[in-house]
Amino acid sequence: MTSFDLATVLPEVLLAAYAMLALLAGVYSGKDKLTGAITWATAAVFVALAAYISFGMAGAASTGFGGLIVDDDFARFAEVTILLSSAVVLVMAQDYMARADLDRFEYPILIALAVVGMMVMVSAADLMTLYMGLELQSLALYVITALRRDSVKSTEAGLKYFVLGALSSGLLLYGASLVYGYAGSTNFAAITAAAGTGAAPIGLLIGMVFVLAGMAFKVSAAPFHMWTPDVYEGAPTPITAFLATAPKVAAMALIARVVQDAFGGVINDWSQVLAALSVASMFLGAIAAIGQRDIKRLMAYSSIAHMGFALMGLAAGTALGVQAMLVYMSIYVIMNIGTFAFILSLERDGQSVTDIASLNQFAKTEPLKALAVLVLMFSLAGVPPLLGFWGKFGVLLAAYDAGMAWLALAGAIASVIGAFYYLRIIYFMYFGSDVAPATSRMSRVQWAVFIAASFAVVAGTINLFGLEGPATAAAEALLG
Amino acid sequence: MNNLLSLITFTPAVAAIILALFLRGNDAAAQRNAKYLALLATTISFAASLLLLVGFDPANTAMQFVEERPWIMGLNYKMGVDGISLPFVLLTTFLMPITILSTWAVTDRVKDYMIAFLLLETMILGVFCALDLVLFYLFFEAGLIPMFLIIGIWGGMNRIYAAFKFFLYTFLGSVLMLVAMIGMFVMAGTTDIPMLMVFDFPAEPMTVLGITLAGGVQTLLFLAFFASFAVKMPMWPVHTWLPDAHVQAPTAGSVLLAAVLLKMGGYGLLRFSLPMFPAGAAEMTTIILWMSAIAIVYTSLVALVQTDMKKLIAYSSVAHMGYVTMGIFAANQQGVDGAIFQMISHGFISGALFLCVGVIYDRMHTREIGAYGGLVTRMPAYAMVFMFFTLANVGLPGTSGFVGEFLTLMGIFQVNTWVAVVATSGVILSAAYALWLYRRVTFGALVKESLKSITDMSRRERAIFAPLILMTLLLGVYPAAVTDLIGPSVAALVTDYAASVPQAAEAATH
Repeated sequence: MTSFDLATVLPEVLLAAYAMLALLAGVYSGKDKLTGAITWATAAVFVALAAYISFGMAGAASTGFGGLIVDDDFARFAEVTILLSSAVVLVMAQDYMARADLDRFEYPILIALAVVGMMVMVSAADLMTLYMGLELQSLALYVITALRRDSVKSTEAGLKYFVLGALSSGLLLYGASLVYGYAGSTNFAAITAAAGTGAAPIGLLIGMVFVLAGMAFKVSAAPFHMWTPDVYEGAPTPITAFLATAPKVAAMALIARVVQDAFGGVINDWSQVLAALSVASMFLGAIAAIGQRDIKRLMAYSSIAHMGFALMGLAAGTALGVQAMLVYMSIYVIMNIGTFAFILSLERDGQSVTDIASLNQFAKTEPLKALAVLVLMFSLAGVPPLLGFWGKFGVLLAAYDAGMAWLALAGAIASVIGAFYYLRIIYFMYFGSDVAPATSRMSRVQWAVFIAASFAVVAGTINLFGLEGPATAAAEALLG
Repeated sequence: MNNLLSLITFTPAVAAIILALFLRGNDAAAQRNAKYLALLATTISFAASLLLLVGFDPANTAMQFVEERPWIMGLNYKMGVDGISLPFVLLTTFLMPITILSTWAVTDRVKDYMIAFLLLETMILGVFCALDLVLFYLFFEAGLIPMFLIIGIWGGMNRIYAAFKFFLYTFLGSVLMLVAMIGMFVMAGTTDIPMLMVFDFPAEPMTVLGITLAGGVQTLLFLAFFASFAVKMPMWPVHTWLPDAHVQAPTAGSVLLAAVLLKMGGYGLLRFSLPMFPAGAAEMTTIILWMSAIAIVYTSLVALVQTDMKKLIAYSSVAHMGYVTMGIFAANQQGVDGAIFQMISHGFISGALFLCVGVIYDRMHTREIGAYGGLVTRMPAYAMVFMFFTLANVGLPGTSGFVGEFLTLMGIFQVNTWVAVVATSGVILSAAYALWLYRRVTFGALVKESLKSITDMSRRERAIFAPLILMTLLLGVYPAAVTDLIGPSVAALVTDYAASVPQAAEAATH
């Protein structure tokens, strides 16, 4: 039986073991000599594990360790997305890290540990496993946020992230204890049984809301979003890029896991909570971003709005909704990686800049890059025929299909407001006044990632890269 | 060849991709190559669309040249044309090479300019050919991207404001339509347009926010689509983006905007609003007819006081689109025939008028009417062409402008006499503003120093106008060229509509 259990968590175990080995190698090789090698090795391990999960682990769902952890199509889909996006973020930022004198060997290792945490999160079948994964992820993220130790902003961001993150973990734990008190178990299947399908015990519902609030912190859904702009702005840009991609996918998948697996019988009770979070996030993200001058802060608000849309899919409470959320998150990750690859490259006189106005007339000096950014921005705004539109289309369809036409309508209106600030970036690049524009310096890897992302955003409209099939299988695994 | 529609639609896009990826440099040779490639692609597209005309059977009211392929999320990539969409496809492919030719003198970012125009053509053609709801939406919305750039990069003084206004205004209208489309998908279980046209959406009265809505779901869906199409048309009172966008857009942008882009709204009303939501349409008909009448009179009056030539023609476009909505919602054969005819004819005439403004703008770099006067002494050929299109715009018998106005007015007279009376007064007003404009620009003494050395039209400019004059005259003296093509499809549309709406049936028998 033990061997079977291990097979369920083999990727996590392998990745954790790799992280330890890499740590040893890093420590014994002297100061940061191996950073480049470890970065590439970590990315390679991520990709290899993603390949193993997609091709080697296919098959029926299995649980391990007495129902603590589950391995199903849903977990696999989320894990592959997390692994691949983390690998890309790692390699595209390496050049930047070296230039900014941030190439510490701990960085890729901490990322690897965070990824282990995320993989545990998305395959959790018990509130304890969930918490373990969440904390492993969060602790690693707190540290890398403050990676630039001599910068006030970076350390402040790390501290802020830590304090608020700890608060949200506390909320989540408190909720989990209530749930345990009323359900008599922390296991998702047992909670489902205790909640029943009719009127669940009120204490259980209060516990559920606390758990949801804790997780809403992690996806930075309004009104639990306050940390996001400051942390995004303060953290070194590659770390912001990481924060904006993989952890969001993990946290969103975690919410799906908890609401569908543990509270699948009382959809109406959480659906309205998620719908409220969704509307608040979409509008706050859209409106608050209008006044931003810093592109990293802008991307923070943009991610808040995008989380609102993804939550809309979950609020639908159907398999279609979960599928739409998974597709949405995959698309979101592609767009964000492309955008951050660009933000990383911006500099003036050797200093990296993040002011939007520095993009003035960028299209004149770098037409191809400007075109790629244009495509990404329109995609983020959800304008067809680009990939971003399909994400929005999927969640709107799911919400309408579940009888929440009002939510779909609210999302549509929020996307118009949101379009304004994406257009503003294009405005600076193409119509702006002639002041010295920032230059864009990209390593070859970064350039390839950037162009590939914007190309994907255009070409994806042909068949969504076949994402739909696996996402449907994942959604069915979760609800089935 | 059963990929003809895709070929017509995507040839310009392929050319745009080639330009974007393979054309380097910005010297004179590269600019010339970009222009020739764009001209070639649009001409191929036009030639291919003539094959459509040859193979098209007007008597068959079903979709023809249908292509269908499974796509994503349960949608289909489905293209096809019927008698209603074919004229718009031809109009677009016909005007595009002319538009490209008219930009021959542009030297600022030529490559980007051509890419934007080629992409725009693909999107517009896609709108007219799409037979899947979401595919339609895709093309409908995607056209915003190149248009946003065309206005924003190559526009005039206030271009940023105009570009943002244009984008956000039309985007807001469209997302409401998107939600309605999703609703239709959920209700009918399909996004196939011909199937949706025969699907009966519920029309029982329902209560929304305490207001009882006759026509129920159909009225809601109708309003959501109308929000989008009315902005695109544009109808009074949501027309305000148009004058701004026009004034700021470069000449070719204006031509495309007025001649083709506006037609997407009218086409949408014919393709979706009438056949799919007849109860909703019947519910709103009276209001829309009066909005159209107000549009005709009010915007004509506004046109009268304009000092900027392009703004004047833009307002005149809004007035002419008023005839179109009026004809469509008259919902009888003459009215709908007239509406389509008016849209085609307006495509030639307004396009030509903006080109006329472009000719003198290229020379004097001002659109102020007050800056001109007495041009006839130095530019006789130009005065001739400008006069021809001014009169066509007024609706002089013998030009295509007359047929469209006459048919729509005849259609509306059978449905609502009062609207017809108000709208007819617009004919006089249009004569007033158009002829007054013409007098101020062309006649009088040539006193302004700056105008004394102005030159007449070049050979290229004459070549651009020749096909437009030809088409305006041809459709003016032989309107059956269009009405034979659209007649059976329009008859089917009107009959179906009348069958599903008792009131409309009654009106149609008068």
